[in-house]
Amino acid sequence: MTILTVANLTMRFGGLTAVNDVSFTARQGEITAIIGPNGAGKTTLFNCITGFYKPSSGSITVVHGSKNLRLDKLPGHSIARKGRVARTFQNIRLFSGMSVLENLLVAQHNRLQASTGFGVLGILGLGGYRAAERHAIELATHWLAQTGLLERADDPAGALPYGAQRRLEIARAMCTEPLLLCLDEPAAGLNPRESSALNDLLLSIRAGGTSLLLIEHDMGVVMKISDHIVVLDHGTKIADGKPADIRSNTVVISAYLGEDDEDDAPLAGATP
Amino acid sequence: MAYALQQLVNGLTLGMIYGLIAVGYTMVYGIIGMINFAHGDVFMIGAFIGIIVITALSGITAVPLGLLAALIISAALCGLYGFSIERVAYRPLRGSFRLAPLISAIGMSILLENYVQTSQGALERAIPNLIPGGITLMRQDGFAVQLTWMQIAIMAVTLVVLAVFTYIVTKTPLGRAMRAVEQDAKMAALLGIDTNRTISTTFIIGSALAAMAGVMFLLYYGVIDFYIGFNAGIKAFTAAVLGGIGSLPGAVLGGLLIGLIEAFWSGYATVAYKDAAVYSILAIVLMFMPSGLLGRHEVEKV
Repeated sequence: MTILTVANLTMRFGGLTAVNDVSFTARQGEITAIIGPNGAGKTTLFNCITGFYKPSSGSITVVHGSKNLRLDKLPGHSIARKGRVARTFQNIRLFSGMSVLENLLVAQHNRLQASTGFGVLGILGLGGYRAAERHAIELATHWLAQTGLLERADDPAGALPYGAQRRLEIARAMCTEPLLLCLDEPAAGLNPRESSALNDLLLSIRAGGTSLLLIEHDMGVVMKISDHIVVLDHGTKIADGKPADIRSNTVVISAYLGEDDEDDAPLAGATP
Repeated sequence: MAYALQQLVNGLTLGMIYGLIAVGYTMVYGIIGMINFAHGDVFMIGAFIGIIVITALSGITAVPLGLLAALIISAALCGLYGFSIERVAYRPLRGSFRLAPLISAIGMSILLENYVQTSQGALERAIPNLIPGGITLMRQDGFAVQLTWMQIAIMAVTLVVLAVFTYIVTKTPLGRAMRAVEQDAKMAALLGIDTNRTISTTFIIGSALAAMAGVMFLLYYGVIDFYIGFNAGIKAFTAAVLGGIGSLPGAVLGGLLIGLIEAFWSGYATVAYKDAAVYSILAIVLMFMPSGLLGRHEVEKV
């Protein structure tokens, strides 16, 4: 079953074509990784999928059961609500002045707001508000426990160490109860122990029924957990397949080794 | 001693009114990063709606009921004004260069002043003191320190309004959404928060607070005209900057300080230079604390 279909997606910034006619599908209940050298257009692709950019042409469709939804036609705030797509960022974007718990409650704003008669009943503590708030706190507690942040619930999000902030971003995205979670380099800057804990977290999210779309440079993570890999280079798709196929794909290897991108770990070192 | 106490009482009353207006400035600045120069004029319109309601109801209902009605009707109508101002003058300019909404705000301010001038007349309008009397706190050397019922009422209403407002901002989903949009609007939208609606709500709440401040200004001084919004607006803006623009407790603190400075300067130096005193203190504070008393230091991430 397909959850996401990207068809002939092109994104231009003036004269620069960052993503050029890219098509791929992500399947439900799988982890799909998008890899490629720096500047390949991975984050731009993500920004199109999550509504940050409106693509120049092409379409992005999510499939919920029998319903198809065009993400590129939805306004930004509906992508979480109707599209049920959530994301995290390469550079962490938490609400650093709010507490850890509040960050997770903000993510459940829509459900809470709907139950409060748009704020009026909530102020009086009436209606379904109390029950909705209890449910919201339960869900937040669940993800705090999953990410090992339960003890830090009342601390300001900005005070957490780096690795914990990354996990909090994932917890916050999960609190929107997405069907598709897009992660932009979740392992960046993590030490090996944190990175392996992240693998377990991502696998447990997949087990919970959420499909994942993953941008990652850490080939250890990519090769170990992804079910399907899409390789981009200079804005175009150069390969698409299972991890084992990608590892031996000559086009991919030359894209990685043939360039002066010293930041990118060559695939050769990725064998676990 | 008695004289100083009297100035303290006067200053606190005035400061609370400034604080209420300043909260609206600071909220709007926090959420969309612009100074809403029409805010002072919403305060003025609030005062006018207050005088219309009070005059209409005078003799029909009891005074406290009339005042309550004035507060509620004025807050509701000014909330509508705030909503419309944002829709008409600011939203179309969002994403445009920084000065555009600022100019639009100044234009809106002039428009509202002229609109009230033509519809209500340029003359001063007055109402009698509706809550006369008070209590004498102390007597010394023939000077009686008066705390009028009116001052008590103003302080009580302000404290209740601020308490409700604080509860909304800190505890409700609406308040969380407002703070989230303030910190990172795009991220908030990604989490499903309708940022446009949140910004509208911010304008409605801020304008309702300004309207209530307007009604209390009317009750306290008894005289208003179409131009009061300018001076009160600038003072409240000063209060917001003094407290640290973007900080809600800062706005209230700034308002109280401005009220106190004004009262004490008028009491001990000259009334004519009270505004100069206020702005001098603002300048001095900003020299040493550029982000205001309770403002956050913005660390630019590279």
